[in-house]
Amino acid sequence: MEAFGLLLHGFQVLLTWKTLAVMMVGLVLGIFVGVLPGLGGPNGVAILLPLTFTMDPTSAIVMLSCIYWGALFGGAITSILFNIPGEAWSVATTFDGYPMAQQGKAPEALTAAFTSSFIGSLAAVLLITFLAPGIAAFALQFGPPEFFAVYLLTFCSFVGLGREDKHKTIISMTLGLLLAGIGMDTVSGTLRMTFGWNELLRGINFLVAVIGLFGISEILLTMEERLALRGHTASIGLRVVLRVWKDLPRYWVTLLRSSVIGCWLGITPGGAIAASFMGYNLAKRFSKDKDSFGKGRIEGVFAPETAAHASGTSALLPMLALGIPGSGTAAILLGGLMVWGLNPGPLLFVEHKDFVWGLIASMYLGNIVGLVLVLTTVPVFASVLRVPFSAIAPMIVVSCAIGAYAIQNATFDIWLMLVFGVVGYVFKKIGIPLAPFTLALVLGNRAEDAFRLAMIGAGGDLRVFWSNGLVGSITTLALILLFWPLLSPLFERASRLWRPADGSRAA
Amino acid sequence: MPTPETDIVVDDPTAPADNSPAVVSTRTVEIVVSLLLLALAGLFCFDNWRTGIAWEADGPQPGYFPFYLGLFLAGASLYGLVTAIVTRTGAAQTFLTRDQLRRVMQVFIPTLLFCLFTQWLGLYVASFLLIAGFMRIIGRIALWKSLLTAFLFAVIMFFTFDVAFDVIMPKGPLEAAFGY
Repeated sequence: MEAFGLLLHGFQVLLTWKTLAVMMVGLVLGIFVGVLPGLGGPNGVAILLPLTFTMDPTSAIVMLSCIYWGALFGGAITSILFNIPGEAWSVATTFDGYPMAQQGKAPEALTAAFTSSFIGSLAAVLLITFLAPGIAAFALQFGPPEFFAVYLLTFCSFVGLGREDKHKTIISMTLGLLLAGIGMDTVSGTLRMTFGWNELLRGINFLVAVIGLFGISEILLTMEERLALRGHTASIGLRVVLRVWKDLPRYWVTLLRSSVIGCWLGITPGGAIAASFMGYNLAKRFSKDKDSFGKGRIEGVFAPETAAHASGTSALLPMLALGIPGSGTAAILLGGLMVWGLNPGPLLFVEHKDFVWGLIASMYLGNIVGLVLVLTTVPVFASVLRVPFSAIAPMIVVSCAIGAYAIQNATFDIWLMLVFGVVGYVFKKIGIPLAPFTLALVLGNRAEDAFRLAMIGAGGDLRVFWSNGLVGSITTLALILLFWPLLSPLFERASRLWRPADGSRAA
Repeated sequence: MPTPETDIVVDDPTAPADNSPAVVSTRTVEIVVSLLLLALAGLFCFDNWRTGIAWEADGPQPGYFPFYLGLFLAGASLYGLVTAIVTRTGAAQTFLTRDQLRRVMQVFIPTLLFCLFTQWLGLYVASFLLIAGFMRIIGRIALWKSLLTAFLFAVIMFFTFDVAFDVIMPKGPLEAAFGY
C-alpha cells in the first residue's frame, strides 16, 4: 500500500489552483486538437510543447498529459458525428458510432464513447499506479548491458511484431538511429556525420523532427482529399447520460475484455490501433447477435474506445518505469521530460517523487475532469468543424513553426521541420511507418551509450549480453522477436507434427 | 424519436476531382526513395568509416555503431529497391493525381514562402501574410474576414508567446518599429 500513500501525496502536489487551471487549459486545447482535421495526439503535444518551456516540470507534464487525454476524447467526437476518424485508433469507433448518429442517437453514442474512454484509461492508470513502482525498483539494478538489452527488445519487437513490411520498419528505425547520432558523440566528444556543417553540431532535435513528421506532413496529406464534410450536431442531456450509465453494468464483460486487451497491447510498442480493432472484433465474435454490429450498436462503441484508451494510457507505463515509450505520443512526452532536464527511467521514481506521483495523480484527475468537460461542451467543439480548413491549415503551419523554433531558438530548425514534413508525407504514402523512426530518434543516443558503456565494462566482449540470467533472457527474447516472422511457421510446423495423432482421431 | 439531420455542412470549393489523371505511380516513388536512402546510407557509412569503425582495447570507436546501422539501412533499402522493381502489383497504384499535386503544392509553396519570409520579416508578420493569403486565395473567403482572422491570430500568438510565456520568436522591422 506504499503506492497508495504516495498517490495521496501526488494529489496534494496537484490540488493547487494553478495546477487545476493548467489542467483545464490542457484539456480544452487537447479536445480542440483532437477535433481538428489534420491534427491529433502526437502533433498536438509536440506543437504545444513550447508553451510549457517556462513552467515548472510538474505543471508542464500535467498540461501535456491533459492535452493528450483531451485529444483522445476529441477524436471520438469527429468519428461519431462526422464519420471522420481523427486518429487511426478511432476508425473502429466509426463502425457503430456513426450509424447511431444517423439514427438520431448521437448523444447516446457520444456518452458511450466518453464513458468507455474514461473506463479504459482508469484501468490503465490503476495498472500504472501499482505496477510501475515495482518495475522501476526492479530496473534500478539494471546496468548498461541490461538497459541495452531492453532497448534492443523494444526495437526488435517493432520489427518482428509490426504489421508493416519488415524492410520498411527497418529503414524507418535505422534512419532514426542514424539521425540521432548526428552531432557531438557523447562518449568520445568526436563530431560525427556533420559534414562540416555548423548547424548540425547541435544534432537533429527530436521534437523538431516530430513536429515536421506529424504536423506538416499531416497538413499535406489532408489537403489531398476533398475537405467538404457534413455531420450532425448533438448536445448531451443529463438524462441521456444517466440512461447510458444505468445500462453500463450489462456490458461489463466487453468493458473488462477491452481494458485487458488495451493494457496489454499498450505496454508493447505501437498498440493502440491494433487494440481498438481487436476490442471491436472480439466483442463482435462473442456477441449473440453478430449481425447488429455495424448498424449502430452501443457495444460497438464501448469495445474499441475502451481498448484504445486503455492502450493509449498504459503506453506511459514503460516510459515512466524504464524510460522506453510505448507509443509515439509517449515518445514525445519523453522528449519533453528531457527538455526539462529530467532523465526518464527508473531513477525518476527515486529522485523526482513529487513529479512522478503528481503525473500519475493527474492521470486520475485529468480523466475525471475531462469526462465532465467533454460531456458538457460537445456542441461547442463540434461546431469547431464549421471553420473552413483553409483557415485552420495556415494556423497549424504557423503553430508548427513556432514550436520548432522555440525549442532551440534556431531558424535552421524551421527549415528542418519543413524537410521532415516532406519526408513524413512521402513515407506515409509509401507505407514506411513513422512510429519506429520517432522511437529510434528519441532513444538512439541512450541505446548507443548503453551499448558502449557495456562494451567498455566488459573489455569489448559481446558475451556480456549473455553474462547473467536476466540480461541473457532479455537479449534472447529480443532476437526471437526479431526473427519471429521466420520462426512462427517453424513453430506451426512443429506443432502440426505433434498433432496428427489426435487430428486423425477426430477425423 | 428525433429525426436525423445534417446540421453542419462545410464545402470545399477547390477540391480535387476524382477522375484526375495520375502524375506518378507508387512504384516509381518507392524506387526513387530507395535510391535516395541508399545514397544517404552510403554517405553516412563513408563518414563513419573516416571517423573510425574499429575496436579499441576498451570498446568500439565512435563510428562503429552508426557504421553498422548504415549498413542495415543500405541493406533494407536495397531489398526495397529490388522488390519495387520486381513486383508489378504496385505499378497500377497511383501515388498522386494531378489535382492532388496541385492541392499539395497550394499548401507547400505558401509554407515554403512563409519559412523564407520569417527570416526577414519575423514570424508574426510572415504568419499574418500566410493566413490572410491562404484564406483569401485558396479558401476563397471574403477579404475582410481573411485579414481580420490573420491579424487577430498573429496578435494573440504574439501576446501568448512573447509576452505571457516569454518564448521569444524571430522578429523583423515591424516589431522593431514598436520597440520589441
